[in-house]
Amino acid sequence: MRVRRRSAIALLALAALAAAVAWAATELTPFGTPSGPADAVVRTLVHERHAANTVNGVTYDLRGLDTLGEELILFVAALGSAVLLRHGRGERDAGERAEARPSGRTADALRAAGAALVGPLVVLGVYVVVHGHLSPGGGFQGGVILAAGLLLVYAAGQVAMLERVEPRALVEVAEASGALAFALVAIGGLVFAGAALANFLPFGTTGNLLSAGTIPVLSVAVGVEVTGAVALILTELLDQTLLAGSA
Amino acid sequence: MTVLPYLVAGWLLVVGLWGVITSRQLVHQVVCLTVVQSSTYVLLLAVGYRTGGYAPIVSSSVPPSSPFVDPIVQALALTDVVVEATVVAVLLALTVQAHKRFGTADPDRLGELSG
Amino acid sequence: MTVLHVVALAVVAVGGTTVVLVRDPVRQALAASVFGLALALLFFAFQAPDVAISQIVVATVAVPVMILLTLTKLRRDEDEERRR
Repeated sequence: MRVRRRSAIALLALAALAAAVAWAATELTPFGTPSGPADAVVRTLVHERHAANTVNGVTYDLRGLDTLGEELILFVAALGSAVLLRHGRGERDAGERAEARPSGRTADALRAAGAALVGPLVVLGVYVVVHGHLSPGGGFQGGVILAAGLLLVYAAGQVAMLERVEPRALVEVAEASGALAFALVAIGGLVFAGAALANFLPFGTTGNLLSAGTIPVLSVAVGVEVTGAVALILTELLDQTLLAGSA
Repeated sequence: MTVLPYLVAGWLLVVGLWGVITSRQLVHQVVCLTVVQSSTYVLLLAVGYRTGGYAPIVSSSVPPSSPFVDPIVQALALTDVVVEATVVAVLLALTVQAHKRFGTADPDRLGELSG
Repeated sequence: MTVLHVVALAVVAVGGTTVVLVRDPVRQALAASVFGLALALLFFAFQAPDVAISQIVVATVAVPVMILLTLTKLRRDEDEERRR
């Protein structure tokens, strides 16, 4: 009864919201005719910052401070979910964990395909991260691709191998050092160029891999950070499901 | 016709909120929240789109003098998509903890059992 | 506005509605993944390849895997609870 009454109230409120949104939509600039200074931004970024991909030019240069904030959200969110998931992990001992490993259940074809794809996926991820200033991609996208490599290792049934390389310590270090590197580049701008996140590296030639000043450096920092953050979350979740299997 | 993308963004907002309010399972509720979030991407990119504009990536085939769609809104949406994923992770971790503590994933029954 | 825009917008609107209306969380995870790819298609149509790549990797890798792992964990916790 209470649920039905709540649904009715929600329906009324959302109908009002929908009407307000529709009304507001008619007042927005018509689709296809933006009012922002898009062309000026593109020209500035290409001529002054030598970034061919101006989206990443905006992300890592014009709105670099914004991205620093986003990166810290990412850092704290990954840390927070790891802490939440670890809470109460000490309930079972390591012996039970070893039994819980679902190593025998993965099909051979899946294991082979997973193992074969790890290499190409990591190469793709690194490519996407380091070419962020030239072509679509960058640290945010490439980082998730790299973290997916960890999933493939899991799909390949190599959990034992995963334990041996101690992924948890590795991803934690990656997450922290990515965030630290971004902050250091921001401070570097303050020291060498007079403002936080101001460019202090040579720009090079537009279109070259080593160009666009601090933009690719920040992209790599974000790539490391995102890899660490997503991998940390996935490791903790995988750990939880493997752990619980022992019950 | 020129308001259609904005109306789709508004629809995603409204229908996502409806899902959040009526959901009986916390994981389901989190996914409904991602529908609400996706409305912001549609709105941002629709506001920056220009008819006949190029993607804001300059190359030898697309000189800097061509008309471009707005790169600023794209940069906003781009970081948001990845940050959204980690926010979902926090919410799912909270769901796991709530389930562990109260033995249910039904948002309506969480309060009853807290005692 | 081109035909591609209208089609992509329609798919996104229907997809978002489907994600909300599918009540079983496992099926919903799959629906959310397909909806994410529809969004990526729309972003390509909006001349935003960077956002589309971001959306593809998040919608196909990160979010569905996290949801399915969480659901597995919840189910195992329930089994454990029942056995006690």
